Amino acid sequence: MATLWNNYRYTILRRVTQIGLLVLYFGANAWGWTILMGNLSSSLFLDFVPMSDPYAAMQMVAAGAALAVDLLIGVAVVTIFYMIIGGRAFCSWVCPINMITDAANWLRRVLEIDRTGVKKQPASRNMRYWVLALSLIISFIMGITAFEFISPISMVHRGIIFGLGFGWAAMLTIFLFDLFVLKNGWCGHICPLGGFYSLLGKFSLIRVHHLEENCTLCMKCKVVCPEVQVLHMIGKESLPVLSGECTNCARCIEVCDDDALEFSIRKLAQNKQETASS
Amino acid sequence: MKKEPLSDRRKFILNMARGAGLATIGGFVWSAFIGEATASSLILRPPGAINENDFLKTCIKCGLCVEACPYDTLLLAKPGDNKPLGTPYFVARDIPCYMCPDIPCVPVCPTGALDESSVTTDGVLDINVADMGLAVIDDNSCIAFWGIQCDACYRACPLLGEAITIEYTKNERTGKHAFMKPVVVPDICTGCGMCEQACVTEKPAIFILPREVAEGRAGDYYIKGWDKEDEKRLENATEIKTKTRLSERSAMDSLNDGLEDLY
Repeated sequence: MATLWNNYRYTILRRVTQIGLLVLYFGANAWGWTILMGNLSSSLFLDFVPMSDPYAAMQMVAAGAALAVDLLIGVAVVTIFYMIIGGRAFCSWVCPINMITDAANWLRRVLEIDRTGVKKQPASRNMRYWVLALSLIISFIMGITAFEFISPISMVHRGIIFGLGFGWAAMLTIFLFDLFVLKNGWCGHICPLGGFYSLLGKFSLIRVHHLEENCTLCMKCKVVCPEVQVLHMIGKESLPVLSGECTNCARCIEVCDDDALEFSIRKLAQNKQETASS
Repeated sequence: MKKEPLSDRRKFILNMARGAGLATIGGFVWSAFIGEATASSLILRPPGAINENDFLKTCIKCGLCVEACPYDTLLLAKPGDNKPLGTPYFVARDIPCYMCPDIPCVPVCPTGALDESSVTTDGVLDINVADMGLAVIDDNSCIAFWGIQCDACYRACPLLGEAITIEYTKNERTGKHAFMKPVVVPDICTGCGMCEQACVTEKPAIFILPREVAEGRAGDYYIKGWDKEDEKRLENATEIKTKTRLSERSAMDSLNDGLEDLY
C-alpha cells in the first residue's frame, strides 16, 4: 500500500485535482454552486475572482474583438499564476484531455505498441508552435477565434458541464490517435494550448530537479515522461528541468526509486548549485 | 554514384518549406471548416447580444450566461447541434426567454459579448428594450386569419397589447363574424419567443427569427417625404446613374418618339 502511494502519489493528486475541478464546474451548472462557475475558457471563482484563458484572449485580439475589463483581469490572474508558479502545470493538473491521453499512453505501454517496429517519431514536437501561430493568423484573417471553435479541450470540458452531444467523438478520436497513430500525439505534438503554456511557463518557479549522483540509469523516468526530450540531463548532470515543455506532472519523480528526481523551487535550486560549486 | 549529404543550410530551408507547406494545407482546411461551422444565421442569442459577427469573435464560450438563466432557456451549442460550437442560444418553441427584470444572464458575461448598455434605460436594466429577434406570423397557417378565434400569442406576450396587437376586420365569408388578427409591432417586439411557445398550431404559425433575417431594408433611396426625421436619411444617399439605350436620349424624346404626326 505504501509503495502504491509512493509510486502514484502525484498521479493520484492530479486525478483528484482534475476530477475535483470538473465536479465543481459541473455543480455550478447542475446545482447552482458558486465555488467555481463557467468553464476553462472563463470562470468565476467564489463568485468574485475572474479567471480567463489567456490563449483564447490572444485569439480574440487577433480577431479584432474589444477586450472587456473583467476578461483582462481574468487573463492576468491565470497568466501570472502559470508564468510565475505553475509552469505548464495546466496540461497535467487541470486539462481533462490529460486523462484521455494518459490512458492512451498507458495502454500503449501495456500493448507494447512501440515495439512493433516503428521507432522513430514521424512528426516534430515543434508542430504545436506552428499550430499556435496558424491559429492566430486564421483568427486575424477570418475575424473569429479560430482554435476556440475546434478545440477538443473546450469541447470535452464544456460537454461534461453542459451536455456532451457528439463531443464523445472528439474524446475517442484523441484517444485512438494517441494510441495508434502518434505517441503523445495530441498533448505533445499538436495542441496549441500546450504550446502556449510551454512558452508562458518557461521561467516559472516550480521545477523538477535531477540529482545525478543518485541516478542508477534505470531510465524508468524516460519511459513514463510524456515530453521525454525535457529529461535530456538524466544520468549526465544535476540540473533542474528547465524546458517549458515539462508539464510538472511528476510521473518521473514517483517512478524514480533512487530519489534522483524531486520538485524544487527554481531559485533555491540554483542557489544550492552555486554553493555546491563554490 | 553516392550523393553528397545535404548541407545544413539546405536542410534548414527544406524543413522550413515543409513546415510552411503543411501550415498552408492545414490553414485552408481549418479556415474552410470554421467558415462553414460559424455560418449559422438562424440562431437566437441571449438578450443584449452584440451583432452576430462581433458576437462570434467576442464570446469566450464560458457558459456563465447559461448558468445564470433561472429557466434553463439558454443552451451552449454542442457538437451535433449544427450551431457555432459552444456559443449560447435558445429555442423559443421549447423554452422561451421569460424576460427576467434583473436580466441575470447579461451582467455575468466577462467579455462584453452580452452588452449591458444595450439592455439599460436611464441607468437601470430594462429587459423590455432587449432585441433577441422578431416575431413573424405566417398568416396562411395562423388560425386567427382563418376566422377561428385564437389570441394565444396576444395573451402570451409579456408586452401585452404593445408588441402584438389585434386587428379587427369583417369576415366577408359569413358576413356576421369578425377576424381578430394578431399583428406584431416590430419596434416593440423583443423576440422573447413566448408567443411562439404559446402558439396552438402543430408547427407554430408565429415564430421568432433573428432580426437580420426577418426584416428587409428600404435603403436610402426611398424616403417618407412626409416625415421630417426620415428625410434626413437622404444625406446618406449617393447618386446612381443607370445607362440603357433609351437613356441616351432625353426623357421627352423617348416618350414622344414616333408620335410627331399627332401634333
